[in-house]
Parts: sequence; C-alpha cells; structure tokens
Amino acid sequence: MIRVRFFARLREALDCEGLDLRLPPPSSVAALRRHLLQEHPHWAAHLDGRLLCAVNQEMAHAQTPVHDGDEVAFFPPVTGG
Amino acid sequence: MISVQQQDFDVGEQYRRLCDEAGEAGAVVFFVGRVRGGDGTVQALELEHYPGMCERQLQGFVDEARRRWDCRSVRVVHRVGRLAAGEQIVFLAVATRHRAEAFQAAHFLIDQLKTRAPFWKKEHGPDGARWLDAGAADVRAAGRWYADAVAW
Repeated sequence: MIRVRFFARLREALDCEGLDLRLPPPSSVAALRRHLLQEHPHWAAHLDGRLLCAVNQEMAHAQTPVHDGDEVAFFPPVTGG
Repeated sequence: MISVQQQDFDVGEQYRRLCDEAGEAGAVVFFVGRVRGGDGTVQALELEHYPGMCERQLQGFVDEARRRWDCRSVRVVHRVGRLAAGEQIVFLAVATRHRAEAFQAAHFLIDQLKTRAPFWKKEHGPDGARWLDAGAADVRAAGRWYADAVAW
C-alpha cells in the first residue's frame, strides 16, 4: 500500500486528509497523481499549479519513484516562521 | 535542539539553555517571530504542520548551518495550533565565537525555515478564515526547490 496525505488548504479543498492505494510498479509521483485524478476527476483543479510533494518526508518531484510502503504527501507552498 | 510544540516558550529560559550548551561562545543572535496584529484584521492564526517531516527538515537546516559556520549551540522552537495576535510563534537562536557568524547562521536558518519547513498558517479575522499564501520573495528564495516540485 502507498499512503497518500494532504495538508492545509489542499486537505480542506479535497475534503480528504489522505488515503491508501496500490499502484502497479514501477511508479512515480506523476503516475500517482494521474491515478488520483482518474479516481477523483473533480480534484484536477486542486492537484495542479504550485503544489509541493514529499516522498517519505523528503522533498520530491514528479519523477521521484514511489514504491509499496511509501508515504507520499501533497501540500501548498509553506508559510511558517 | 529542535522542538515543534503547542505550548508557549520563555525567551529567558531558552537563552539560558542556549548559553549553558554554548560554553564560552562570544556571540548570540536570536529571533522571535510573533503573530502580527494591530489593525484588527487578524484575531488569531492557526498553524498546521506535517509531523515528522517538519522536525526532519528543521534538523537538516541546523546540520547545514553547523557545517557552514562554527555554531556552538543552535535552538529552534516552533509553535503549532491556534495562536492569538501578539503571541510568540517561533524562537531561533545561534551561539558562535564571533558575531558575524551568529548573524549569518541565524539569517540562513530563518530563511530556510520560512521557505522549506512544512508549516502552514491560516488567518482568522472578523470576516472569517483564510489560508495565507507564501510571499513572492519567499518563493523566489526557495528557488530550485519549488521549480523541481511543481514540474508535473
């Protein structure tokens, strides 16, 4: 299973904290995003633009590989401090 | 020392602990971030974070600062949860042998924290709540980090 998590504005817009899913290997962040959009077409407007992604709590990009057991998080640009 | 916590912090206590660890370091620079208010538009901030990743990122920034400068002690305390206008949000302190290094390391750390640590602020005012957008300068400062992340 791959654990997907959403944070802040994105979590509220999707009305979803996260979900678990399976993806056929080899997979990537971009493939995971395509899968999410197939399952939830109305998420398209939110899973776009200036969105950040982390795999196993390290910053990632579209081509970052995703494996079974990984945690993948999507979130907006950060505003701490 | 890194802490992400709900409870408030005491600047005097943080300073004493920094000094205890820093030995005879000659310079201390510290920064306190607070919830900006005063014009009536912000009553409270709600701070969300990504537990685990947040602490890892902060530790990475501190490790990098220690590689670049001769830091004798570094402390970062960041609060999460709901904070009223005027409350303290973040404490960041660096002790080094000389002042230039302390200023440089503190500046580096707060810039890293603001642009790369997974915290998000939601502002509560008289007209409701809204998530804050990252400032253009902060996004520019993050540079390549964002460019890599958004290229679908």
